[in-house]
Amino acid sequence: MNVTRRQFVKGGVAAFTVTFAAPEFLCDLARAQGAHVRNLVVLYLSGGNDALSMLVPYNDAFYYSRRPTLAVPAANVLQIGTDSSNVALGLHPRLTGLKQIFDQGRLAFVQRTGYDNQSRSHFLGTDIWSTADPNNSAGLGWVGRYLDSLPSPVDPLVGWNTTSSLPHVLQAGHVSVPAIASPAGYAFSSPNSGAEAAAERAAAVRINSHVPVDRPEVAFVYGSSQAALGTLDRVATVASYRPANAYPTTGFGQALQAVAGAMVRSIGTKIFYVTTGGFDNHSAQNVNQVNGAYFNLMATLNDGLLAFYNDLRSQGLLDDTLVVSFSEFGRRISENGSAGTDHGAASVMMVIGGRVSGGLYGTAPVLNTDPKNPTLENNAGDVHYETDFRSVYARVIDGWLGADSRSILGGDFRKASLTFV
Amino acid sequence: MARNPDHQIEHLLRRAGFGARPDELDVYREMSIAQAVDTLVNYTQIPDTVDDNLGKAGYVGITTRGAFSPQSNITDSRQRWLFRMVHSDRPLQEKMTLFWHNHFATGYNKIAGAIGTTEAARYMAAKASEDPGKVRGQIEMLRDNALGNFRDLLLDVAKDTAMLVWLDGRDNRKAKPQENFAREIMELFTMGVGHYTEPDVYAGARVFSGWNLQTVGAANDAARHQEFFYNAAQHDTTAKTFSFPIYGDGTNTIPARSANQGMQDGLDLVDALAGNRNTARYLAAKLYRFFVSEFGAPDPVFVDHIATVYLQNRYDMKAVMREVLLTPQFWDPSVYFARYAWPVEFVVRALKDIGWTGFSVNDALTPLSNMGQILFEPPDVAGWDAGQTWFSTGAMLARMNFAAALSSNQKFNLAKSAKSYAQTPESLLSYFLGQLATTTLDSGVIAELGTYLRSTGAWTASDAQLQAKAPGLVHLIAGSPEYQFV
Repeated sequence: MNVTRRQFVKGGVAAFTVTFAAPEFLCDLARAQGAHVRNLVVLYLSGGNDALSMLVPYNDAFYYSRRPTLAVPAANVLQIGTDSSNVALGLHPRLTGLKQIFDQGRLAFVQRTGYDNQSRSHFLGTDIWSTADPNNSAGLGWVGRYLDSLPSPVDPLVGWNTTSSLPHVLQAGHVSVPAIASPAGYAFSSPNSGAEAAAERAAAVRINSHVPVDRPEVAFVYGSSQAALGTLDRVATVASYRPANAYPTTGFGQALQAVAGAMVRSIGTKIFYVTTGGFDNHSAQNVNQVNGAYFNLMATLNDGLLAFYNDLRSQGLLDDTLVVSFSEFGRRISENGSAGTDHGAASVMMVIGGRVSGGLYGTAPVLNTDPKNPTLENNAGDVHYETDFRSVYARVIDGWLGADSRSILGGDFRKASLTFV
Repeated sequence: MARNPDHQIEHLLRRAGFGARPDELDVYREMSIAQAVDTLVNYTQIPDTVDDNLGKAGYVGITTRGAFSPQSNITDSRQRWLFRMVHSDRPLQEKMTLFWHNHFATGYNKIAGAIGTTEAARYMAAKASEDPGKVRGQIEMLRDNALGNFRDLLLDVAKDTAMLVWLDGRDNRKAKPQENFAREIMELFTMGVGHYTEPDVYAGARVFSGWNLQTVGAANDAARHQEFFYNAAQHDTTAKTFSFPIYGDGTNTIPARSANQGMQDGLDLVDALAGNRNTARYLAAKLYRFFVSEFGAPDPVFVDHIATVYLQNRYDMKAVMREVLLTPQFWDPSVYFARYAWPVEFVVRALKDIGWTGFSVNDALTPLSNMGQILFEPPDVAGWDAGQTWFSTGAMLARMNFAAALSSNQKFNLAKSAKSYAQTPESLLSYFLGQLATTTLDSGVIAELGTYLRSTGAWTASDAQLQAKAPGLVHLIAGSPEYQFV
């Protein structure tokens, strides 16, 4: 993975020009006039989410025979109906909030998403899902390419990454996305106070205007500094956001609270990145045990997303928001000897939002162990993809962001049946 | 106090160490390059007594909560390692330990979740000399092997308790082989992605089946601990075939062996991986990016040369590193500062450049986290992404703010040391630019620093003015983009 990042470094850096547009009052104005913005929240489930524990085919006998300790008992799933292949599906029992959102028709699952010869490597896999390019996983991120397509000058706060380092999906050629893990900690410190501190901050801003454009590696760091200094004041308004409903204290919950705060304060951000990790459950996956590893993952995911959904609904921002999730791979169908699951292939994606047509898209795998089973691969060991993940991205780009997926994805991946937005 | 600039020695110590304390610079600047490299790689000739100075006056501070327990409390383990980075007289040993920590990246949190916080810190960071059960934590194992033989290191890693928990080797049983370690030893620890196949991963998992842990010692005995054990009853005895050669004659099948003989499978695979030409090239390219330059792709001439040195010297990393530090690529002035400083490199170098009296490394831990680097907690088994990914907006702000916190903490020392260079703003600036080496500063930036010194009132060089302007200036320099390179 390090190599690919470096290759990006080599090829991708352009001059950084950060302008301080004044989108704040413009956005406020637009909202007062009833205009809608279209925010995208990219959610990465890190480690390889076990789709079969999240969206359970509870009538498939092979699900139970192949997962003697990990299978969710049919009686425990939260039934959400059958898909177009008549497979009955249920959510993991901890996903009660997602069940509510599903029942309101605002959550779509796209089943069996993946690509040809899917990588079982976390790192290559994440790079491929991030770039949407299995043949050049060292390139820019697909969201980064979207940001590059925006007309300049691009607001330095157009994107907000809630983690501390830049994820590959947001890597752009000439747009630098700020990483703001905590709005409260996003402030300028000084060894001095008063006029001296103000003089230092003014000096820092002026120093950072001298971008050495002939040295792209140094110029890159200038881009980060400029973006930091140029966004401090607007981010400070987010730190003071107090939602009406409580968010979980998990990192994921707090990140979503910051995202909602940014939307409520209308600071101009359109693209958000959040992540929750720990999905690499090779051992002691404990899908069913309260406080078990996977059970807790579902709790974190569910409680964070439900708080976010409810907050946005009460703020009238649900129709302005689309959440799309991805993970680098699904997991092996049969459990391993450590009561866990190894790296697999196709997985499931979620899309949530006020304008989402919820439901079950695509068909579930059939889990019988016949090596010729067309829904599986790797000697019926792993789930074979049905929907190219880029088709989901294409729908998001065309149907939500209003851009042209063919130019951003470098090919036509549109799939007519994906009508989730 | 002001240093004579010695660009070559400073470059060497930024790369083979964490920058230079004034006393280190005094020692190394008396040496030729060849002598300095010899001294760095032959560090076993220098006594390893740095830990005796923990908590003593004159050294960077640590913060204790009850007894200082780096063998059982991960916060203290982190403090001890930062202390060593600042004060060890074996800088290359610490630098290589960091390199290997990133290469064999193991995260404390998963281990703590599996076996508890105290035990996890023990298997990550205890020294055998301080543990009742003589447990040598992973970082001590890496430190012992820092410039050892890569094959021996790889084997120690395969048998390391923390690694056996981290990548689930402790659960690798013949009925259902556990693939996690087998995949990463090929993908990340040796040959690299593209040089192995999925069936190789499955075969590798069978090779390491039975490489488990056992508990040694009686209950309630402080010496009780877990350690590697070859569990013959859980070893898959059938033959394993790979897509790459395993033996010197080019054959690629590890033969079927009895369970009692089966540990040899893993030794054969470790030998094969250590001796694979792709491993040599993978390590050479990684050494290039860590020690030589991150600007542009690794120089193929360097990679070929270092890969050959690695193979010819039978994986002896001391021979490899001596060669790395003597290559023309390393000494090409265009690679000076051609590497993005890792957060710990930035923090430790700032301490060495700005001062540490009265500062506790504990106060660097949260800033380091905000910069994206928590020691003993790499984001995943691939280690830190490094390079430009260190420089997210929030992380850059965290660097600027650490520079502010440290210069604030050192306010009086900075003002005092600046006193005799403070006749004019320009002389003060010149002094501090000598103390904090950066990649080339644009003349416009230097002018802005001068403007800052002249702002808020006439230049008097009074104590009060120096106590404001010296830390303010140091904050601006250490927080500048140009200081973020080593």
